[in-house]
This record gives sequence, structure tokens and C-alpha cells, in this order.
Amino acid sequence: MSGVRPEAADPDALPGRDGAPGPPPRAAARPARRVTWRKLLLRPCFLLVLLLATWLWFRGAGLDSVARNSIADGNVWLRLRQHVVLTVVSTFFVLIIAIPLGILLTRRRLRPAAPAVVAVANVGQATPAIGLLALLVIWMGIGMQAALVGIVVYAVLPVLANTVAGLRAIDPTLVEAARGIGMSAAGVLRRVELPLAVPLILAGVRTALVLNVGTATLAYFGGGGGLGDLIASGITNQRMPVLVLGSVLTVALALLVDWLASLAELLLRPRGLEAS
Amino acid sequence: MADAPGATIQLENLTKRYPGNPAPAVDCVNMDIKAGELVVFVGPSGCGKTTTMKMINRLIEPTSGRIRIDGEDVTGIDPVRLRRKIGYAIQASGLFPHMTVAQNISLVPRMTGWPKRRIAERVEEMLDLVGLDPGEFQGRYPRQLSGGQQQRVGVARALAADPPVLLMDEPFGAVDPITRDHLQDELIRLQHELHKTIVFVTHDFDEAIKLGDRIAVLRERSHIAQFDTPEAILTNPADDFVSGFVGAGAALKRLNLTRVRDVGVVDFPTATVDDPLQTIFDRLRRGTTNEVLLLDRHQRPYKWLRRGDLMRAEGSLARAGTLVHDTVTRDATLRDALEAVLIDNAGRVPVTGRRGRYEGVVDMETLMNSVHELLEEDRLDAVEHQHLLEEQRAQQVLEEQEGTTDAPEELA
Ligand SMILES: Nc1ncnc2c1ncn2[C@@H]1O[C@H](COP(=O)(O)OP(=O)(O)OP(=O)(O)O)[C@@H](O)[C@H]1O
Ligand SMILES: [Mg+2]
Repeated sequence: MSGVRPEAADPDALPGRDGAPGPPPRAAARPARRVTWRKLLLRPCFLLVLLLATWLWFRGAGLDSVARNSIADGNVWLRLRQHVVLTVVSTFFVLIIAIPLGILLTRRRLRPAAPAVVAVANVGQATPAIGLLALLVIWMGIGMQAALVGIVVYAVLPVLANTVAGLRAIDPTLVEAARGIGMSAAGVLRRVELPLAVPLILAGVRTALVLNVGTATLAYFGGGGGLGDLIASGITNQRMPVLVLGSVLTVALALLVDWLASLAELLLRPRGLEAS
Repeated sequence: MADAPGATIQLENLTKRYPGNPAPAVDCVNMDIKAGELVVFVGPSGCGKTTTMKMINRLIEPTSGRIRIDGEDVTGIDPVRLRRKIGYAIQASGLFPHMTVAQNISLVPRMTGWPKRRIAERVEEMLDLVGLDPGEFQGRYPRQLSGGQQQRVGVARALAADPPVLLMDEPFGAVDPITRDHLQDELIRLQHELHKTIVFVTHDFDEAIKLGDRIAVLRERSHIAQFDTPEAILTNPADDFVSGFVGAGAALKRLNLTRVRDVGVVDFPTATVDDPLQTIFDRLRRGTTNEVLLLDRHQRPYKWLRRGDLMRAEGSLARAGTLVHDTVTRDATLRDALEAVLIDNAGRVPVTGRRGRYEGVVDMETLMNSVHELLEEDRLDAVEHQHLLEEQRAQQVLEEQEGTTDAPEELA
């Protein structure tokens, strides 16, 4: 369950996180936001510095023809683009699989099936990613598709588990109040349950995104491209700069994606839920 | 906009069995609730109050039996449609934390497709109705409100779409006693304006007495031990279970149901501080009680003055007599009046009107007499009521017997 981080759902709820214990609720909403915005600016600055430093170092490092070959013809740009595509597409599929599945598993009739399904998803994640990928390549052949399926299987669990946890954590009296005032089942889900579960679901999505950036480096083994290609050629050709370039780009991408996701968490989190 | 008045509710042989439990949680309840009536379900914990109430809006589906609202059998209709016509307020308000006060209140009107303008007006109207300033509270989130304010918004939400029926499950159970008292007063005021049919669940008998037009005292499995007016239940409990629930001091509780205005407020010799001393002396000597009530310049009760007081104070009004401790208004309950009389060693309490002006006094004797009269009246009422019920029952039995010969298939 390493990928699940329900504790990340409500960072502001941690006691004493911002030093001062519990400011009065009325004043809390805005200042809490402002502090987080400032924190958010740190990450892109750090990324810029990291990329700049790498670029300078890379220019200074003497490249031989083998190394130059690895990065010729816009290869770096191509691999980066492939990597982004892998991440985005796989995350998209993770979302449209895991969130509806999570919703279904919390409906009254399917609730008993939840443990079994989560167990299956757990197996998906517990399998070593590279073994999973190998199996998929044998089954589906070489290419981006096998890689995508592998990444998706690997990342379904955190989103699924968080969706289920988020929906389960809702006070049942609220759901009953919603039904009691005349909301249909769909209305209760759309107006009450999903908005209240958004923080946890988004935390799961954030985990999945970062996970996907990491797993996408393995796509190379199945011929799926991505930054893994740079890293691997750096290793096989024993060219340090190429290896470092691939790794730094992967790390930077993961950090960037995580940053974007935290931005989304901040914007999409329903107002009125900010803990005091 | 004119608010719709209440609807009648009939429960017919209403029964609920929860799965896995052979004994029913609610066993064959029959009840007629009149339009515009506030009925309180009261009873010990676990007796099935909530279950009975939730069957009315079908949050809990009855195992058998029927519910009629305004004569229409609602047992089979679409529950969502049914619930939009029944307001629902619960303990701890049940407000949605991610919606503002205005969004919470406007939920049902929005779902039923009211035009935007009218919804906005309605939100303000409702906040006004429950005593919250719309400008200040509309945009707040529930967690920015106190418990009592949340409860008010909960009531406003329940009333927003102007439903004829309102269900309230211990709505004031989670607030402090003083706030609860305020909220109860507000509910009484609201009900005077709106005349909804309200079913109110509580396990606090004093709350039941204060609010109910009629009280249904429920025992285990929601069996109705007694269904009657507060007066009748206090003075004539049907059995030991009810008297146990009424608790000690039924006669004292009865005092809560009558106001000073309903008993004799009598005149008393008065004088004002501006009167010449000689006039005051004369009144003291002429009066039968040897006592006058001294009023201040604004006609407010100030001091009790006995014969001899002035003498002892050597003619100084400022030093003579004893200060008036307490006064009551005509709206005060007899209980408050009695308390004031007991505390004041004069054995009477001044009654005041607008701006605290003197209007008369209530004394111990009047109180005693009125209470005795009230209790006697209640007793007679209860006896008469009992007769009426027995006659009705006899009639019903007769009709049923005739019914079996006429339409046997109905019973099958
Ligand atoms: N969902 C349920 N499943 C099984 N039994 C239930 C369920 N809900 C209530 N009961 C049982 O039905 C009985 C009546 O419960 P109910 O909630 O109506 O009581 P109540 O009078 O409202 O009590 P309280 O004053 O404590 O709220 C209880 O014995 C309870 O254990
Ligand atoms: Mg209850």
C-alpha cells in the first residue's frame, strides 16, 4: 500500500503544522490560502535552478561522438515528449477506471465487493513493475500500448483506495440528510459525496501522477520510449552525462507534475472544508 | 408569497421489522395528525421514535402499513418526490459543510426548479424568519457558525420550499440549554405564523410539553402509551408508564402551560413617590391591607410600604419600606409568577406592562385558586375525553364488524 497516502488529504489538519495552534475559524480561511500560495512558488524556482545547473554542467562536460549520438536529432526533446504523453495518457486512464470503480464500490449493493477488488488492485501494485511490463510485452507485443497498460495497472490502486476511503469517510448523517431533503441518489453523489471526497481523491491522483512519471521510465524496456531511453543508453554506453541528463529530467518532471497536482488540489478543494 | 399551511398525516398499522431481528422496531402504529398541528413523539431511547418518523418520509421503508398525507397514500409513490414536499431537520443541523448558508437553504427550491430570482428572495426571507441577518450570514460556511446558528439554518433549509409537513428529529438536542430554550421559543413563534404540520421527536419531556399541541408518549416498539394534549397528559396520565415519564411535579409542570394573563390580575392600592406624604398616610389607613405599592415617577413598581414603615423612617420615603424584588409580565408563566411570589415576603408580585409600568398584582391566593381550578378543569376534560374515546372505539369496533360482512376481501 506504499502508494496510498490518505494522510496527504488534509495537510492543514495536522496540528501545529503552521506553528500557531488553531487560529479562530473565521480568520483562518484566507491566511491559510496565502501561506500555501507562497509555498507553491518555491517549487518552480527550485526546478528552474536545477535545470539551469544541469544545462550548464552538460555544456561544460566534454561529449564524445557516442554521447552526442544519444542526444542528436532532438532525441532529448522526443523522449521528454514521449514521457509526458505516457504520463498524461496513463493518468487519464487511471482516473476513468479508478474513480468510477471507487464510486461503484461504495454503493450499497456493491459494498461487499470492495475488499476483494482493492486486494486485486493491491496485487497490481505489489508486482514488480518491470516484471509486469515484461509479461504485458509478451502478451501485447512491443510498443507504447503495453507500456501504458503496465503503468495504468500499477497506478490504479492509490486512486481507487483514496476514492473509496474518501467516500467512506463522509458522515453518514450528511448523506441521510441529503436524501431526507429530497435528493435523488445521483444528486447525493454529485452534490454531496463527491465534493466532500474531492480532497482525498485528489491526493490519490497526485500520488498516481508522480508514480506514473517514475514507472514511465520503464516503458523503454517494452519499446515504449520515454526518458528511460536516455537513462538506459547512458548506462549501456557508459556515458555519464547522458545518464545524468535523463535522470535529472525525470526528477524535474516528477517534481513539476507533483507541483501542478498540488495546485489543482488547492484550487479544486471545496471552500468551506479548510480545517480551522 | 403565502406559505402553504399544513397537511394531515395518517399512519395506519405502520410496522417496521429490521432484517435480522424478528421483533419489530415499530409495531402497528396508528395515528391521526391534524393539519397545522405540532405533534411531539416522546419516549425512552430506542423505543422507535426515529424509525416511526423516518417512515413518514420513507427514509426507512415500512415493512407493512400505510402512510397518508392529506389523504393521499404515499406508501408507493416515488420517495424523492415525496421528500421534496416534506421538510426535514435533524440533530446537529445536517448542513453540508462545502456549501454556504445560502446554498444550503436554496437546495430544495433549486432541485424543484424555482426561478433564480425567487430563490434568492426566498433565502433572505428564510434567514429573516429564523432570526439571522441575511447580509451577514448568507455567504458563510457552516463551520463559521455557532451550533445554535447552524440549527437555525437547518430549520430554514427545511422550510425553504414551503413544505406542508416538517419532520424534526431532536433538532435541538446538541445545543446548550439556554440556546435550546431560545430555539424552542423561535419554533413556537414560527409555528404561529406558518401553521405547518410538524412531527417533532425528542426524549425531553419538558421540551415536549413546551412545544406540543399534542404529545404522543411512546413505549417500546413505538406503542402509543398516550396521545393527547400536554394538559391532559400532565393531569391525567394514562398509566404508570406515562406518569413515570411525566416524572415528579406534574402539577408544577402544569404551571408552565398557563400564563399570568389567564388568571386574575387584581388591583392594589398604589401611591407614587410624588404624592404628598399625607395622601400616602391616608391610603395606608383606609386600605384593607395596611399596605400600598409605591410607584416611581415612571409608574414602575418601586417599594412595598406598610403602615408604620413611614413612622419608623421618620417620614422619609427614601428610607421607608422594602424594595420590590421582582415583577412579572402578563406573558409570564404561572410558574415564574409563583416563584416570584414565594421569594417576595409580601406574598404577591406586581404585574407590569409596557416599559415596566404597573398594571396590577398577582397574589398567592389568586395563584392557589387558579391552579386548583385549572387542575379540576383538566380532570373533567380528561374524563370527558376518555368517554369520547371509548365511544369512538366502540363505534369503530361496530363498523369493523359490519365491514367484515360487507367486504370480507378487504381484510384478507
Ligand atoms: N438500521 C437499523 N438496523 C437494525 N435495527 C435498528 C436500526 N435502526 C434502529 N434499530 C433498532 O430499532 C429500535 C428503534 O430505534 P430508533 O432509532 O427508532 O429509536 P429512538 O426512539 O429514535 O431512540 P433514540 O431516542 O435513542 O434516538 C432500536 O431498538 C434500534 O436498535
Ligand atoms: Mg432517535
